[in-house]
Amino acid sequence: MDYLIAIGLEVVSGIASLVLISIGLAVVFGMMKVINLAHGEFLMMGGYATIAASKAGINIWIAILVIAPLVVGLVGLVVERLVIRHLYGRVIDTMLATWGLSLLFIGLVTTVFGNTTSGISSPLGAVNIGPIGFSAYKFFIVAVAVAVIVTLYLLFKLSRFGLIARATMQNADMSAALGVDPARVYAATFAIGSALAGLAGGVLAPVTGVVPSIGAAFVAKAFITVIGGGSAVLVGTLSASGIFATVNQLASFATTPVIGEVALLGAAIILLRLFPRGITGRFFKGRI
Amino acid sequence: MMNPPLVETRELSVHFGGLQAVNNVNFSLRDGELRCLIGPNGAGKTTFFRLLTGVHAPTSGTVAVNGRSIAGLQTHQIARLGVGIKTQIPSLFDNLSVRENIWLSARRNHSRAAANRIADSVIMDEVGLGEYANTETAKLSHGLRQWVELGVVIAQRPKLILLDEPAAGMTGHDMEKTAELIKRINRTSAMIVVEHDMEFIKRIAKTVTVFNRGEVLVESDVDTVLADERVREVYLGKQTGRQHDTGA
Amino acid sequence: MNGSRNYWPIAAAVIAALSAIIVLPVIYDEYALLQLTIYAILSVLALSLAFIWGYGGILSFGHAVFFGLGAYTYAIGAMNFGETTIALLLSMVIPALFAAALGYFLFYGRISDVYLGAITLTVTLIFFDLASSTSGPQYRIGQVALGGFNGIPSIPQLNVPGFPDWTLSTTELFILSVAILALVYISLRLLISSDFGRVVIAIKENEVRAELLGYDARKYKLVTFVIGGAIAGLAGCLFANWGGFTSPAVFALGQSVQIIIWMVVGGVGTLAGPVIGCVLMQWLTSSLASFGTVNNNLVLGGILVIVVLLLPQGLVPTIARLARGRRPVQRLDATAGALGATPAKSEVGA
Repeated sequence: MDYLIAIGLEVVSGIASLVLISIGLAVVFGMMKVINLAHGEFLMMGGYATIAASKAGINIWIAILVIAPLVVGLVGLVVERLVIRHLYGRVIDTMLATWGLSLLFIGLVTTVFGNTTSGISSPLGAVNIGPIGFSAYKFFIVAVAVAVIVTLYLLFKLSRFGLIARATMQNADMSAALGVDPARVYAATFAIGSALAGLAGGVLAPVTGVVPSIGAAFVAKAFITVIGGGSAVLVGTLSASGIFATVNQLASFATTPVIGEVALLGAAIILLRLFPRGITGRFFKGRI
Repeated sequence: MMNPPLVETRELSVHFGGLQAVNNVNFSLRDGELRCLIGPNGAGKTTFFRLLTGVHAPTSGTVAVNGRSIAGLQTHQIARLGVGIKTQIPSLFDNLSVRENIWLSARRNHSRAAANRIADSVIMDEVGLGEYANTETAKLSHGLRQWVELGVVIAQRPKLILLDEPAAGMTGHDMEKTAELIKRINRTSAMIVVEHDMEFIKRIAKTVTVFNRGEVLVESDVDTVLADERVREVYLGKQTGRQHDTGA
Repeated sequence: MNGSRNYWPIAAAVIAALSAIIVLPVIYDEYALLQLTIYAILSVLALSLAFIWGYGGILSFGHAVFFGLGAYTYAIGAMNFGETTIALLLSMVIPALFAAALGYFLFYGRISDVYLGAITLTVTLIFFDLASSTSGPQYRIGQVALGGFNGIPSIPQLNVPGFPDWTLSTTELFILSVAILALVYISLRLLISSDFGRVVIAIKENEVRAELLGYDARKYKLVTFVIGGAIAGLAGCLFANWGGFTSPAVFALGQSVQIIIWMVVGGVGTLAGPVIGCVLMQWLTSSLASFGTVNNNLVLGGILVIVVLLLPQGLVPTIARLARGRRPVQRLDATAGALGATPAKSEVGA
């Protein structure tokens, strides 16, 4: 019984991690139809921002929840202005350019911080569920994931920005006619997506540690989760994360973490074959 | 026994979400016939073409070409039954030359030598695009692209040709040329032509089918259709109204 | 098809290959030749993606899978059989079969664009994970331990068919690689100008139109993909020969990105472009390594971003256009401007 609860908790925290890893990319893809292949490096930079800030004496929670998203959000603004903006409507070119950015950031961070793993210890201790120890930090990850989803839902559903953003995504000309500058909406959307990536990088840094090349591990998972989820940002990310993380965790328990990883990737391929436009291309149409 | 009709649809329907785009259409076309489809925008004419070419699958009902159901066939398989289509916005191989476009169409059903012959004949005689033969189609004007696509469709040598607004955007002389071309093509292929221009329709068609809200409203000879009150109401009424507006 | 086929690229390839084979072994020592061999091998890999992406319009983000499969297949075959001829053939057959299976899955499932990118990327990651996790004596194929992350060392050199003891020297491997590069280039050039090739290009231009003419786009894409997979496998076989070693790194994301960078730099939609891009980028990478100061990723990434932004067609098409002194596409009719927004792939009656 304790064992089952432990597995359940692992699955839930796996889903939460995947949601965090993917949500920034999902916002950008769902709203702008842009695939940012430097997304993994945005997480990586969030991790470095957290570690650098915490080493500079800033409170760890502030480093994770404020500094990381802020720094990466600003990076996102610059990237949008210099690169993304010039490639709107050119899906493949955007992917290629951001893939270049991904290498560029890896090189940049390696030059500055060196090619070694840095880490910070997980700020919460362990809790015991029966005989099984369970890192309390995982509850924090779940809490952040839930908070992010709820906040985004409210943002898109209730705020003026959300309304404008949804209108712009539907029809850029229409919102331009209403006096909204689509370029500004895109810039803001990309910055929000970047900040979410930074947040995820900060939250996961104590778990994974950071190396300049860690982004590759994130971007592939985020990419297939977002594509697998389809165009609806929140429902898509939640459903795809739910399926993939469950498959991953259960297969990891049954065999090895590597096979768990392979199972996740295999599940993604099968899902995309069944629903070539993602889960929300088939179900939950018209949701956010 | 009589031959089956070239195309026959039975209770053909398709809906997208809540929208009933084509509803319960029974339609049939004899070999060699030329039929005009008219109807206001959104009446389902283009969707009907998509059903005939397999681009959309029907929600219910059947389509048969030469007595053979096309259910489950892929677009290219339906094309091989002898169905060619000129789309509303010309759909071409943009970075290939006019000749390559037309040659590719001919090559599918013919040997290389025959395809060369057909391409020459289509370009020089049938659509008269000789001076543009080696020009990339992307560089041509909309009007010329319309003609290239007509050439592409003819070069297939299909039994049935679907033309979606072949004269759209054309003016007096070009329109006359297009009407002549259509009559000429009709000697070897049956055709269904979607058009709006009444003068054009009078020139080419004997029988007209009127679509409205996805359904067949009337089907009769040109004069009867033009005199029909319901047709005037849904379609011509609007059009004459528009002409009044522009005239005023 | 227009009666006058353009033969000068083929003549140029033959002359270039012959002069390289005759001249370079005379003026360079074996070490330098070995460095040049890798350019030829990777150029073969570049050609394989140049064909399936540049002409077939299939952008695979995991093209390295076929390269890696070729390398592993050759290693396992050569070490098990002793004689390398069958291993050489298998290094093309196995990747081709895998390309057929994957291609069937993709194209007959009507998967394209971003979604095809996601799946191919995922496939290469699966191979990377699996190959990395095969350390330990239980993971063997025949007599060959797969070696997990460390890969397979001491792969035997190719031998002259039928003579297991007559293995290729460094110079001979160089000659073979250049000859294969020329052969692959010429074959692809002929294929592209064949009727089959015209249809493949037409499908890339406008898949819906091609299908409305009666061409089965799925079939053509599948064949294109399989040919590309076989060529990439051959490059992998040569690569395993060159280093005498293969590891999961051949399946890594970085390997797939590298091929894409060559293509983007050289020019998608040409055969010469990706080869030039490959040689240029490899030369740059090795020069940077010898300086050791600037980070390799920084430079490669920077170049990729700049090329996509400023030179979206790549080097070769841009230079070709400048040489011809031609302005970018102009329509032949004044009325075209307003109607010029016709999408490249307009759907039926869209």
